[in-house]
Amino acid sequence: MHPIRKQELVLTRRRFLLNSGMGLGAAAFTSMISRTVAAQDVRSHFAPTAKRVVFLFMAGAPSQVDLFDYKPDLRELFQTELPESVRRGQRVTAMTKGSTKLIAPSKFKFAQQGKSGVWMSELLPWLAAHADKLCFVHSMNTDAINHDPGKTSFCTGSEIPGKPSMGAWLSYGLGTLNKDLPNYVVMPSAFWSGKVNVQALYARLWGSGFLPSRHQGTSFQTTGDPVLFLSNPAGVDPVVRRRTLDALDELNQKHFSEIGDPEIQTTIAQQEMAFRMQSSVPELTDISEESPATLEMYGPDVQKPGSYARNCLLARRMLERDVQFVQLFHRGWDHHSNLPQNMEGQCRDVDQPTAALLQDLHQRGLLDDTLVVFSGEFGRTVYGQGKLTLENYGRDHHPRCFTAWLAGGGIKGGMHYGKTDEFSYNVVEDPVHVRDLHATMLHLLGIDHEKLIFPYQGLDQKLTGVEHARVVREIIGG
Amino acid sequence: MCTRTSFLTTFVSLLLACGNHVSAQDNTGVSFHRDIRPVLADRCFACHGPNAESRQGELRLDRADGSEGAYENAIEPGSVDNSELWQRIISDDPDYRMPPPVAKKPSLTKQEQLLFKQWIESGAEYKGFWAFEPPRKPAAPLVDHPRWSRQDIDLLVLEKLESIGMTPSEEADDRTLIRRLTLDLNGLPPTREEVSDFLQDRQQSGDYAWERLVDRLMARPQFGEHMARYWLDLVRFADTNGMHKDFYRNLVAYRDWVIRAFNCNLGYDDFLSFQLAGDLYETPTNDQLIASGFHRLHLIIDRGTALPEESYTKNVIDRVTSVGTSFMGMTVHCAQCHDHKYDPISQKDFYSLYAFFNNIDAEPETNNQPKYGLQPPFVSLAPPEQNAELNLLNQHLSELEEKVRLARTALTEGLDADSEQLTDLEAELKSLEQERDIAKRKRDAFDQTIPRAMVMKERSELRPTFILKRGQYDSPGEPVQRDTPGFLPPLKKQGEVASRMDLARWFIDPSHPLTARVEVNRIWQQFFGVGLVKTSEDLGAQGEVPRHPELLDYLAVSFVESGWDIKALVKQIVMSKTYRQTSRTTTDQFRQDPENRMLARGSRYRLDAEMIRDQILATSGLLSTKMYGPSVKPPQPDGLWQAVTMIGERFQPDQGDAIYRRSIYTYWKRAMPPPQMTILNAPNRDACIARRERTNTPSQALLLLNESEYLKAARQLATQVLEHPPQDRIDYVWEVVTSHLPDERERVVLKSLVADLLKKYESSPHLADELCRGCDVADATKQELAAWTMVGNVLYNLDIVKSKE
Repeated sequence: MHPIRKQELVLTRRRFLLNSGMGLGAAAFTSMISRTVAAQDVRSHFAPTAKRVVFLFMAGAPSQVDLFDYKPDLRELFQTELPESVRRGQRVTAMTKGSTKLIAPSKFKFAQQGKSGVWMSELLPWLAAHADKLCFVHSMNTDAINHDPGKTSFCTGSEIPGKPSMGAWLSYGLGTLNKDLPNYVVMPSAFWSGKVNVQALYARLWGSGFLPSRHQGTSFQTTGDPVLFLSNPAGVDPVVRRRTLDALDELNQKHFSEIGDPEIQTTIAQQEMAFRMQSSVPELTDISEESPATLEMYGPDVQKPGSYARNCLLARRMLERDVQFVQLFHRGWDHHSNLPQNMEGQCRDVDQPTAALLQDLHQRGLLDDTLVVFSGEFGRTVYGQGKLTLENYGRDHHPRCFTAWLAGGGIKGGMHYGKTDEFSYNVVEDPVHVRDLHATMLHLLGIDHEKLIFPYQGLDQKLTGVEHARVVREIIGG
Repeated sequence: MCTRTSFLTTFVSLLLACGNHVSAQDNTGVSFHRDIRPVLADRCFACHGPNAESRQGELRLDRADGSEGAYENAIEPGSVDNSELWQRIISDDPDYRMPPPVAKKPSLTKQEQLLFKQWIESGAEYKGFWAFEPPRKPAAPLVDHPRWSRQDIDLLVLEKLESIGMTPSEEADDRTLIRRLTLDLNGLPPTREEVSDFLQDRQQSGDYAWERLVDRLMARPQFGEHMARYWLDLVRFADTNGMHKDFYRNLVAYRDWVIRAFNCNLGYDDFLSFQLAGDLYETPTNDQLIASGFHRLHLIIDRGTALPEESYTKNVIDRVTSVGTSFMGMTVHCAQCHDHKYDPISQKDFYSLYAFFNNIDAEPETNNQPKYGLQPPFVSLAPPEQNAELNLLNQHLSELEEKVRLARTALTEGLDADSEQLTDLEAELKSLEQERDIAKRKRDAFDQTIPRAMVMKERSELRPTFILKRGQYDSPGEPVQRDTPGFLPPLKKQGEVASRMDLARWFIDPSHPLTARVEVNRIWQQFFGVGLVKTSEDLGAQGEVPRHPELLDYLAVSFVESGWDIKALVKQIVMSKTYRQTSRTTTDQFRQDPENRMLARGSRYRLDAEMIRDQILATSGLLSTKMYGPSVKPPQPDGLWQAVTMIGERFQPDQGDAIYRRSIYTYWKRAMPPPQMTILNAPNRDACIARRERTNTPSQALLLLNESEYLKAARQLATQVLEHPPQDRIDYVWEVVTSHLPDERERVVLKSLVADLLKKYESSPHLADELCRGCDVADATKQELAAWTMVGNVLYNLDIVKSKE
C-alpha cells in the first residue's frame, strides 16, 4: 500500500479509537454528560517532547527592533519616511494615525552570540550567554493592534473575550500530573522598572472560558496567601482545622449514604485536597532551602516577593513539582515614548532571572522536557512615536511582525526562524501567526491542535480557532 | 411599570383535561430530530450544509429537495443499496468513506449507522428543524398511572418515564420542600419560623399550604432579586467597561429595573420589547428607557488606542450577539465572517440583523471615565421634586457666580482706590468665592444623587449597513437592509425602514418558534439545574435535541397563551409533582443519570456562588435587605485589583451594612470580579452566559473554609447560638443552617466536636482571643464562642448546605 495512504488509515483508525471512548473525544464527551469528570489521559496523539511549559509573557509588547530583530541598515535611514511600498496603507493605531512615519533606528548595539552566532541586542547580556538554547521566531504576527485584544488573543486564541486560555486547554487536554498543587499557575509581577500605571491584565487571560472552571489558572498572589484563602483564619490552627474536617468528613459521608449522590464524595475529596494544599503550597513558595548559589544566580531581586526574579525561581520550583503550565506576566513594556530608557529598566528586570531560569532548569535536567516561551502580545513599529532623536524615541504597536523566542522542550536552539523585511515591518519569509505558535506548543506537548476540541455553541471549539493553523516543524528537533 | 400586577390565573384552570389521546410515537423507532439530524449536522453540514462557500461536491444534506439536495444526489428513500450516503458512511476505504479524514470528524458508530439504515429504509423523511417549527400543544399524554398527578407537566414527564419502565420518586419531606422552594424562588433559605409555620399549615391544609407558600414567596421582593440574577448573567451585566483601562460604567438603573420587572411580573413580551426597543415607544416611560440600556451592556474600550471605527463595529457585533443568545437562543454571531455552518443563517442574515443596531447615537469609545460612569446618551430619572431642587441649587450657584464676577470687576477697576478700600474689596471677593464654592459643592453633591440611566438612541440619519467581508470592519461588501433571517417568520414593517420596534414585535409574535421556547427552557433550567434542552444558549442545529420535546412545547405554548406570564410559568413548574420529588436515590441512579435528565427524581445540585454567600449572611443574621442603588464592595483579599489595573485602582471595601447586601448588588469589575463569586463558577460577565458551569474544586473548599467574612458570619451565628440554653444549641444551629432537625447521629458528631473544640480553645486561649477579635464578648465566654464559631464553619461547609436537595 502507498505509504501515505497507509498513514491515513492508521490516523483514521486512531481517530476512531479516540472517539470510541479511549481518548480526547471521550474526554470532551464525558464532560458534556457528567458533572465530575476524572482527568483523562489524552497524551496520545504524538510522543510529546515537552511535559511542562513556562510562558514568560512580556505584557505591553517589547520592541523587537531593539531586542532581537537586527536591522543594521536602518541607521542610514534615520528620520526618513517609511516608504508607502512598505506601509501599504495598513492599519495603525489611533495614536499615530495622522502622523508622518519617520524611521527610528535602534540605539542599541547588536552582536552575535554563542557558537551559533545568533544576533541579540546588548540589552540582554545574561540571556545572551544562553543564545545557543534559544530559537528566535522573527516572523510572529497577530491580528490585534491594541493591548487588550492582543493579549486576549495571545492567551486564549481569540480577540473576543470568553474563550479558554492556553493553560486551561492544556489542563483540559492533559489532565494533571500532581495531586497536591494546581495544574496551571499564573504569576504576575507585582512591580517593574517602568511607570506604575501600565496596561492592565484581565482574569480572562488565565480563565477557563467555556471549559469546566477547574481548568482555570490559579493566580498566585504577592501579598497575603499565595493561593486565595489558603491559610487558616486567625484563631484556627492546624489541629482545629483537622478536627473540623474530621467532623465534616463524617457528616458528609453520612449524608452520602442517605442521599446517594456521588458528588458528596467529590466534596469530601476536595476538602481533603484543600487541606493538603495548606502544606504543599507554603512548602512550594518557601525559598529558604534554596542554596546561596541558586539565589545569587537569579539576582538581587529574588529576595523581593512579587518580583519577576522571585517568580522565575518559584516557576522552577513549580515545574520541578510537575505543575504543567506556569505563566509569568511582566508588565511595563508599552513604550510609546522614552523607549531606550524604559527598555533598559525592563530588560534589567527580566534578563538575569530569565537566564537563571534557563540555567537552573538545565542544571536539573528539566529543560529537555520543559518548553520555555518568551513573547509580548505584538511588536513595535520601526517608525518613531513622539520625540525622535538617535538617542530617544518611542514606538507604537505593531502587529505585522514581532519576535518570540522558545527554548527547551524539543525546540532547536541557536537559530533564527522567519524573516522580516529590512524595516522589521512586514514578514517576508515563514510567517508564524499566534495560532501557529499555539499549534506548535500543543504539538510539542503531544497534542494535535485540531483534536483538542470542546463542543460549545454549536462548534467544536479549539484553541487555534477556525482558521488554518500550522505546526512550525522547522524549529522542532532540539 | 407594572403592566400586570396580578397573575391570578387559578392553578386548576391550567390543567389540561385528561383525554384518551394516543401520544405521538415513532413507529419506526427512529426519530429524524433525535437520531438523524444531529448526526448529519455534526459530521456532514460543515461541507454539505447551509454554507454555500464551504460546500463540497454540490451536495447539501440539510435539505431533501433541490438540485443539490439529498434525494437528488445521495439518498434514495427506501433503498440503502441505491443511497450513496449509506455506502459512504459504512465504507472501510478512507478515500471513499464519509466523513473524510480531512474533516477531522469521527465516522458514524455502528449504532448510528443502524439508525441511518432504518431511516433510509423507512423513507428517509426530512422534517423541518424542530426549533424552527412553531411549538404545538401536545396531545394529552396517555399514562398507566394517572393517579400520580393530574398536572400537565407531570403527565408529560410520567409518559416518558413509563416508556422506559421507570417510575417517579415519592415526594420530598416538608422541610426539604420548603428549603428547596425558598432557595428557588428567593435565593435564600427559609427561617426557622417559616419552616415551622409551613409544617403547621401543611398539616392543616395539605396541598393548599404548598400553593400558599408558592404565592407568598413569589410576592416577596427577594423574588425579583433572585430571578434578575440569572438574567444579568445572560446579558453580561457588570460595573466596568471590561476593556483597556476598565473604567467604571454605571448601569445600575438597568439592574434595578430588571429586579422590579420580575417583581411586578412584567410580561415577557414587554420585558423583551422594552429592552430591544424601549426608546422607540411614542412617549417612552422611564422604565422603557432604562430597559433600552440593554444595548449599552456590551464591553467598550476607552478612547485613545483603538481605532474608533473598529471599536464601533465590535460594539454592534456584541449587541447582535447578545440579542442572538438571549432572545433567539441561537449562535447568530457565527455568521459574522461567513454563512453559518450548521444553522441556516447566512452572513447576509447576520448583517441584516446588524443593521437594526447599527444606528446608535453614541460614541464607540468612552472618553476616559465619563462623569458618574455615564456615557451619553443617558437620561435623568429624577422625579419632579428632585429636578426642582436641582434647579434651585443651580440658580443659587449662578447668582453667586455672577456676584463673584462683579466683585472681581470692582476690584480690577478699583485699583486706584486707597488701600483700605482695596482690602475691603478683596475681603468681599474672598467671602463671595467661599460662598460660591460651598454652593457648588452642595450642588455637585446633590447632582450625584440623581439617578440616571444610559439608554439606546437612534441617529436621525440612518447609517447604511454593508456585509463586512470576513467580518472585517474595513471591508464593506454588498449593502443590506434591516431584516430577519429567512428561515423564521417574515418581519412585518410599520414604516418604510424596519425599526427595532418591528423587530421586537416580530420576536413576540406567537408564531415565532424560538422566543417562548428559549425563555421557558431557561426558566426550567433554573429549577432543575439543566434545561429541557441542555444547551440553553443554542437551540440550533448543534444544540441538544430536547429530551422532552412535548413538555417544552407545552410550556412554550401555555406561556404565550398566559400572556407571557413569568410568575404563572414559575408557579406551574413548582406546583408540579415532578418538582416536588425527593432528590434521594441510589448512587447507581445518580451515575446513570447524573443530571437528572429523565426527571425521575428531584434535582440535586450545588447552589450558585451568590446563593451560597447570601445564605451564609441570612442564616447568621447579618444580611441587609436593602434593595437597589449603586453596587457595593464587600471585602476581598488585598492586591487583586492592584495586580491587574493600569490606572492605579485599589480596591476599597465598603463599610457597615453595605457589605452585607445581597450578592446581586456586589460591584462587578470585569477585569477582576470578586473571587468569592468566580471561584464558585460565576462568569466574568465578558460574554452572554445562558447557563453556568458547576464544578467542585479545592479552591472552593478553601474559600468556604477560610474566607474571613464567612468566618465572621459563623461567629455571628455562634453568638445567637449562645443565647440558647446549652441543651438546645445543637438543634438550634442545625435547624437555622439546614432547615432540618439533626438526627441522633448528627447530634453525636456535633456534640463531640463541640466538646473537643472547647477543650482545645480552653487550653489555647490565645487562639480563642484571635478568633473573637473585634467581637464584644466577655472573656468567660470567648472559648465557647470560638468553639461554636467553628461549628458554624463546619455547617457552612456541609455538602447538604451548599447544595439544593
